[in-house]
Amino acid sequence: MMTQIVFYVFAAVLVLSATMVVCARNPVHSVLFLILAFFNAAGLFLIAGAEFLAMTLVIVYVGAVAVLFLFVVMMLDVNFARMREGVQRYAPIGGMVGGVLLVELIMAFTHWRVASNIDQIGHLVPSSPTRTNTAALGDVLYTHYIFLFQSCALVLLVAMIGAIVLTLRDRPTGRRQNIDRQHDRTAADSLEMLQVPLGVGVAAQGGFLRPHTSYDVAAVPGTYGTQAWREQETEEETQTALVVIAPATGTKGQDNA
Amino acid sequence: MHSAIEGIGLAPYLSIGAILLVLGVFGIFVNRKNVIIILMSIELILLSANINFVAFSAATGDLSGQVMTLFVLTIAAAESAIGLAIVTVYFRNRGSIEVDDITMMKG
Repeated sequence: MMTQIVFYVFAAVLVLSATMVVCARNPVHSVLFLILAFFNAAGLFLIAGAEFLAMTLVIVYVGAVAVLFLFVVMMLDVNFARMREGVQRYAPIGGMVGGVLLVELIMAFTHWRVASNIDQIGHLVPSSPTRTNTAALGDVLYTHYIFLFQSCALVLLVAMIGAIVLTLRDRPTGRRQNIDRQHDRTAADSLEMLQVPLGVGVAAQGGFLRPHTSYDVAAVPGTYGTQAWREQETEEETQTALVVIAPATGTKGQDNA
Repeated sequence: MHSAIEGIGLAPYLSIGAILLVLGVFGIFVNRKNVIIILMSIELILLSANINFVAFSAATGDLSGQVMTLFVLTIAAAESAIGLAIVTVYFRNRGSIEVDDITMMKG
């Protein structure tokens, strides 16, 4: 009885917060309701006996994905008021599609039954009452499903590289290592042996002598080298960059003009 | 069916999954302006699939469903990361994330 009450509380809050995700005016509120929905789904998982998945849901979704959503929503300077303009226009279409889908699901649901021999089929991985959920999942995941598990890792790797490549911006003020220039550098470029007169110091030589071309990199950007050299360097970077992003202008529809 | 959800049964879980699916599809159609909410609706749809997987796994006493849920979680995380990266780049270039404006790829 207690389990049922807890289940229905979790279910009700889950459905309500999912509704608010869709209907909230402010996207930040949407993300927060999404977090609430995931917490309640984790509660449902716990009631079903899937402890490991419940904790994974909380850690991965609430801890990572929802926070990522929150970052993006807050980072983008979006006009929230304009976002809501089309809702009245599209609500009938959305309601119609959703209603049709719901009716179809109800029809499928009422004509659905469990196969009579469900107990006779051999389970690939039976869950046993003596082993904890996490240990049993581990037994299965690293044996039967090892290839799927590793391809999941590959998917995550590709997603990570893709997200980095997409959002990497080539900052002109960034200082990065230039291997070619490092290797081209000789001792004569950076080192000069001086005969310093006794008791006079380097002041007699005109102060500290700077190396010929390569020293003011660390100084103010745009002052290093000659203008022609800077242009050539920018050209090289533009041609070798993976993704070249034009400076944002903020105007819309310029491509259609 | 020896089940971990003995006191509740399979039907309430499947109903919750169905309701979440419908809400997600409704969200995709209603929020035509905001790509981020569309991504969140997709997360809701995947969550409904997860709930179905876990419910059947508990009802039949087979762990395969929970393993599948783990993979669905992975795919959902990868999808939202890529989707949000695309949204960020698009906003940087165009200054807007309205779906109606995304017509550049139209032939």
